Amino acid sequence: MSRMPKMTISVPHEGGAGLTGSWRTFRPVVDRETCNHCGICAMFCPDAVIDPDTLEIDLVYCKGCGICSNECPKKCIKMVREEH
Amino acid sequence: MSELIMSTGNKAVAAAVKMAKPLVVAAYPITPQTEIIESIADYVEAGDLKARYIPVESEHSAMTACIGASITGVRVFTATSSHGLLYMHEMLHWAAGARLPIVMGQVNRTLAPGWNIWAEHTDALSQRDTGWLQVYVSTVQEAYDATLMAFRIAEDNRVLLPVMINMDGFLLSHIMQPFEMTEPGDFIPPLDLPHKIDVNDPKGYGAMSPANVHYQFRFDMEKSMRASRTVINETEAEFAKRFGRSYAPVEEYFCDDADVIIVAMGTLGKEAEVAADLLRKEGIKAGVMRIRWLRPFPLDMNIKGKDLVVIDRDCSFGFGGVVAGEIQARYPDAKIASVIAGLGGQEVTYEDMAEFVRSRKMGTEFWFGIPQEEQ
Repeated sequence: MSRMPKMTISVPHEGGAGLTGSWRTFRPVVDRETCNHCGICAMFCPDAVIDPDTLEIDLVYCKGCGICSNECPKKCIKMVREEH
Repeated sequence: MSELIMSTGNKAVAAAVKMAKPLVVAAYPITPQTEIIESIADYVEAGDLKARYIPVESEHSAMTACIGASITGVRVFTATSSHGLLYMHEMLHWAAGARLPIVMGQVNRTLAPGWNIWAEHTDALSQRDTGWLQVYVSTVQEAYDATLMAFRIAEDNRVLLPVMINMDGFLLSHIMQPFEMTEPGDFIPPLDLPHKIDVNDPKGYGAMSPANVHYQFRFDMEKSMRASRTVINETEAEFAKRFGRSYAPVEEYFCDDADVIIVAMGTLGKEAEVAADLLRKEGIKAGVMRIRWLRPFPLDMNIKGKDLVVIDRDCSFGFGGVVAGEIQARYPDAKIASVIAGLGGQEVTYEDMAEFVRSRKMGTEFWFGIPQEEQ
């Protein structure tokens, strides 16, 4: 106990909150034909699950919040209901 | 060298802050703010204090800004009073829980309604359980000295808890007394916050603490509060050695041979010394204990076998005087006559206090100014 820090401190690491992809109700589906690789989706993603280079979405952690879809200037990210 | 100057308690606290050189001062600059912050703003404006002064839109934000600044490992100060302190309440818990050595000047003033700007301790006592150390001062000199010591005590790595310096509204904050503006030199060592933010090693602060962990953080606060008794003693001894003015967690005045002791905090505790002198002339062996540090609470008061007349400038409604109750809880054998006096700046003279002693009824509570049949 004496080694405890003075307050609660968390260190960011991948999947710190578990496999949050299971929270998803809607899945982002990208129309790659229309996408012009502006990268705004990756910039806005609150969970950093969109690769800034390839713009691939990591569905293991994507919670399906839809912010990328909302922000996309080309409107090429559709939110599609998950079939559970 | 130090010089003797005339000053209000407010300006004395501000002068001590200037000496302690905090890097950040965040405060709400409007009512019920005091001259403490006004003076500090002047220092910063004139370049006499190299600090970032952040005027914010509320006391809640003031404490929040202090927390944000303090976690970077720099020295931080703020000041407030009465309703301002209450508005900070949530963040007072946060500051202590985050183990940040923030120092605050607090002018004890009455809470509304009805509106009243005079001295009362209810504001600070209602923040009693937030994890802040609380010291109550009785003179302008003591306000200055306690502020210097507060930084050293708060920042000591055995403590790492915030400190509140309490000073009676108007009776100290706005009254001028001569005081010696001592240069502290290296009395306050540089701050070394073990959990300060490192931008090259980012972390989340104040993260979730589940039920199997949380109590450990709280026990660490309690342990540090206990350790702060030692740190306070060391700091006050070192202060006395360097600057010649000595203080104790409980200031005693002719207590050794006393049969009856007046116990009070702040200016009442100082004024009570005159009452004791008066009573001794009448052949009543009276003394005074002025509780300076209410948190950590003093555990070594020499009160065995003596009658205590405890004057509370506060009331916990449905319970009684807070100080009287705390003494009774920690010293179950204490014989106490509780007096509630001085609320809302009600005038309490040393003559009145002498009369509290003469007419004391042990084991009772007496509201000063209320007729006997209504007590």
